[in-house]
Amino acid sequence: MLIGLFNNWIVVMLMMIGLYIVIAHGNLIKKIVGLTLFQTSVFIFYISMAKVVGGTAPILADDIIQYSNPLPHALILTAIVVAIATTALALSLVIRIKAAYGSIEEEEIQRQDNQIQADKKERKQA
Amino acid sequence: MNLSLELMLQLSIIVPLSATLAIVATGHIPNLREGVTITSCLILIYLMVNLYQGLSLGATIRVFWWELLPGLTVSFDIEPLGMLFALIASFLWLVTSCYAIGYMRCHQEKNQTRFYSCFAIAIGAAVGLAFAANLFTLFIFYELLTLSTYPLVTHAGTENAKKAGRTYLGILLSTSIVFFLLAIVSTWFVAGTLDFKLGGIFSADVDKIIAGTLLVLFIFGIGKAAIMPFHRWLPAAMIAPTPVSALLHAVAVVKAGVFSILKICVFIFGLDLLSVLPTTQFLLYLAGASVLLASLVAMKQDNLKARLAYSTVSQLGYITIGALLATSSGIIGSSMHIAMHAFGKITLFFCAGAILVSLDKSKISEMRGIGRQMPLTMFAFFIASLSIIGVPPTGGTWSKWFLMMATIETEQWLLMVVLMLSSLINIAYLLPLPFHAFFPDLSSNRESNKKANKKANKYSKKATSSANILTAIPIQEAPLPSLIAIVITTLACLALFIYPQPLFELASAVLSSRE
Amino acid sequence: MIAHLPVLQVIVPLMAAPICLILKRAQLAWLFSLLVSSLTLLISILLLQQVMTSGVVSYELGGWQAPWGIEYRIDKLNAFLLLIISAISTIVLFAAQTSIEKEIDKNKHTLFYVLYLLSLTGMLGIVATGDAFNVFVFLEIASLSTYALIAMGEDRRALWASYQYLVMGTIGATFILIGVGLMYQMTGTLNMQDLSQRLPEVAQTRTVFTAFAFVIVGVCLKLALFPLHHWLPNAYAYAPSIVTAFFAATATKVAMYLLIRLTFSVFGLSFSFTTIPLQTLFMALGLFGIFVASTSAIYQNNIKHLFAYSSIAQIGYMIVGFSISTVTGLTATLLHVFNHALMKCAIFLALAAVVYRLGDVQLNNFHGLGRQMPLTMAAIVVGGLSLIGMPLTVGFVSKWYLLTALLEQGWWPVAVLILFAAILAVIYVWRIIEVAYFKEPLVNQAAVKEAPMLFLVPIWALTIANIYFGIDTRLSVQVAQAAAQSLFGVTP
Repeated sequence: MLIGLFNNWIVVMLMMIGLYIVIAHGNLIKKIVGLTLFQTSVFIFYISMAKVVGGTAPILADDIIQYSNPLPHALILTAIVVAIATTALALSLVIRIKAAYGSIEEEEIQRQDNQIQADKKERKQA
Repeated sequence: MNLSLELMLQLSIIVPLSATLAIVATGHIPNLREGVTITSCLILIYLMVNLYQGLSLGATIRVFWWELLPGLTVSFDIEPLGMLFALIASFLWLVTSCYAIGYMRCHQEKNQTRFYSCFAIAIGAAVGLAFAANLFTLFIFYELLTLSTYPLVTHAGTENAKKAGRTYLGILLSTSIVFFLLAIVSTWFVAGTLDFKLGGIFSADVDKIIAGTLLVLFIFGIGKAAIMPFHRWLPAAMIAPTPVSALLHAVAVVKAGVFSILKICVFIFGLDLLSVLPTTQFLLYLAGASVLLASLVAMKQDNLKARLAYSTVSQLGYITIGALLATSSGIIGSSMHIAMHAFGKITLFFCAGAILVSLDKSKISEMRGIGRQMPLTMFAFFIASLSIIGVPPTGGTWSKWFLMMATIETEQWLLMVVLMLSSLINIAYLLPLPFHAFFPDLSSNRESNKKANKKANKYSKKATSSANILTAIPIQEAPLPSLIAIVITTLACLALFIYPQPLFELASAVLSSRE
Repeated sequence: MIAHLPVLQVIVPLMAAPICLILKRAQLAWLFSLLVSSLTLLISILLLQQVMTSGVVSYELGGWQAPWGIEYRIDKLNAFLLLIISAISTIVLFAAQTSIEKEIDKNKHTLFYVLYLLSLTGMLGIVATGDAFNVFVFLEIASLSTYALIAMGEDRRALWASYQYLVMGTIGATFILIGVGLMYQMTGTLNMQDLSQRLPEVAQTRTVFTAFAFVIVGVCLKLALFPLHHWLPNAYAYAPSIVTAFFAATATKVAMYLLIRLTFSVFGLSFSFTTIPLQTLFMALGLFGIFVASTSAIYQNNIKHLFAYSSIAQIGYMIVGFSISTVTGLTATLLHVFNHALMKCAIFLALAAVVYRLGDVQLNNFHGLGRQMPLTMAAIVVGGLSLIGMPLTVGFVSKWYLLTALLEQGWWPVAVLILFAAILAVIYVWRIIEVAYFKEPLVNQAAVKEAPMLFLVPIWALTIANIYFGIDTRLSVQVAQAAAQSLFGVTP
């Protein structure tokens, strides 16, 4: 039972690693790496789900009766495209953030934002 | 003109509201703007008189505007109690507008256009509230009244005014949203309707606990009735210009509160149900406490308007008591007290405003001896005080009489004592002012007078004359329009003693009106 | 043509987006987008009419039959939502060109419209489609264009807000993807209608529970339901004003739709509310959200932040209505979806006008604005009163329904809490009113004028709708009620 679903174990592990990176790392690029890992784990989940034991690739041929399910593959193709777009957008955002803040560390960015507010308060008091 | 009564009813709400637009449009020409105000006052009174005649002939005057949700309509239906309230409000609008013209110009207030326009909305809301045929319509105009008076309270725009405005709006809106609205929705849920109906809308077998809770929610929810502990907004509102305090915080707004309570007692609960609810007694004592405590607090106030405000809180308690006693004399007493107190209190506020404008004094301790400068004003103050106290020959006598009768009928001896005690306190906090104004004890007060006058000198040249209190005392009354207003309301106080029939008839018709 | 309406609803803006890119000139692109958006509005009106008269409209994409092919399934619920989205989009576009002139670089104007139309496509697609995987795809189309739109904000904090939203949004969408995958694993279908029939058979398996959890959490992330709301305030505050006006009125509504669709249609009422204690959970979260967000709103000095928090609070109201799970409760939620779109769109458009004139929406800049921009401020006041729930505004109608629904179930303590929360709304709205009306204008703002016509027309169209639907509730209540009834399988 446990071993039979080993693909799910791997998926869950990958997923958790990905989420952990997103949460724990302050570096924006590393966050994106984590996010991608997280998404990829879901793709693996879909793809492994489609596997039918003893089935082959879903290509019509005379002597084959058992195919793997092609639908999840098609779905995941779409999802991969989406994921690529997301990653591209995220990376371009990081480039702009780097240009605007001079850093890609979460802490540094938040420090700068807070700095602005603190400055404003000081000015008000003055 | 031959308008149908239904049309007149609608006009009586629309005229003040549309007057607002005209006032805003003519805002840059003060004379025209005031002309618009006075004209719409006159139209409104004309409509009211016609409606009154129609009603006394037994006509049914009902208007249905639209249905908001199934069963939830905005509609109007004139019955005697509403007629009474609307008559008073519209008549006193004219008088107050007259007064306000003198006051606002003499006092050089800013934002007068906003003042007059909000005033007109407030009156329109009061009339709508008076004629409402169901709780929902009443609620709409109740909220409109709160919102439209808010700019009037914060008129001055100073930090203090804004703070007062926050208290005002905070208490009135919160109570109305949390308690009143909840009570309305629950009533809708329990009774299935919100229409006012003589004898109540609850079925006979309604759970007494639920109905009792609803009554508490209603009484607390109608913050405008200023039952303690939800009375703080009224003294806070005194920061407004005097005409506002006079009309709105002695007549329109607070009377809208007690009017709503009366209406709910008579037409939602019905007197029979009311007298058996478990919470009525508690609320009666609460109102009694409100009467007594507010009177005591009033004694401590040195600012004249604050004293009058607390006096109002106390007098509103009378009306609530009358409503909750659930007897016919209680209802008659309350309805008449709405009118009597309105005339008395508005006169008192007019006088307070007149003193402020002419002599720049707002503290009672500074007002000794002003009777010589403002004899007419102080005499009016005296008469109006008598009416509030309830002594002949003023109108207040009658309403207090009926209220007393009601406490005796229901054998609420404690409340009777409270009412009597409060009347005594009324004497103690109202009469000394005119007394000292006419007969200042000079020897003991010269010192304080000098001080006060030195202070006054800084602000106003007019006050210099009062420095020579012993030698030359020129008459220095308020501006003419204001003075006329004072005289009219004072005469009304007296006239209502001699000729209370129309009021009495309306008040006694409340319970006998058609279903 | 009429038969193809469901797909046209989505295809028209999708096709129009690249055409915008070809048009190049910003003015042209604006007019074209306006035209396209009006066209979608027209389609949605026709669809609503069709659904109200003759029931569910089903459209098979490419002629593939329903459980296998992708089906667009328009019932009363999504027809209502389609109308809201396309109407708001059209109204907002009126003011778009004027607003972005001040806030976005000239060379990006055309791109703005491309992204705008794409996000419109995404939202319409989520609502129109009857296919679970399609939902994910459209969700990502909407989200990706949203991230880009937010990043167009002037302030550099917009970038950071966009990035945070991207991370949260992607996690949310991926959660939905996982949930859909698990459902597919158990049933072998992606068609929502089909799923709703097959899921009950396998309802008691752990896989379905897991699928439900993933999907709901994913949707709630998109919905910004407390406590998953942290991305929203900054995203709303630093995005270009016009984008905020569009999203505040539509994005969370779409998520709300998705939540209703999944719990009521796909998983079914008995599974969502009986097997899983969703009711208690959502009731608690909704109430917490209302109080926490309203309280936060009181302390904000950036007015966009303030109203963003207010939006989170309003989502709480919708969730409370939703969690009652009766026809009246759901009617209240749907009404509030519509009503809240009206008020928030008006408010954020008015704020866009303020940004246009002042360049900022800090509370300090609102000094004396009541006199300088009377019409704009009046719209904010009406919107604010509506948020509080004053009678004769739309806010009152939805609140009335919510209270009735709660009392029907005898949950009066919740009703009391809901009413108390209105006081918090009074406080945050009045902070603005006080500053705008009772303070003298700042010296450096002496010459501020009323907003241009292109702002005033849409703002006041919405404000008047705000009052109109508070007075004449027949249309909104009728549709919302019909939609709620159809979800419960009650035939009116």
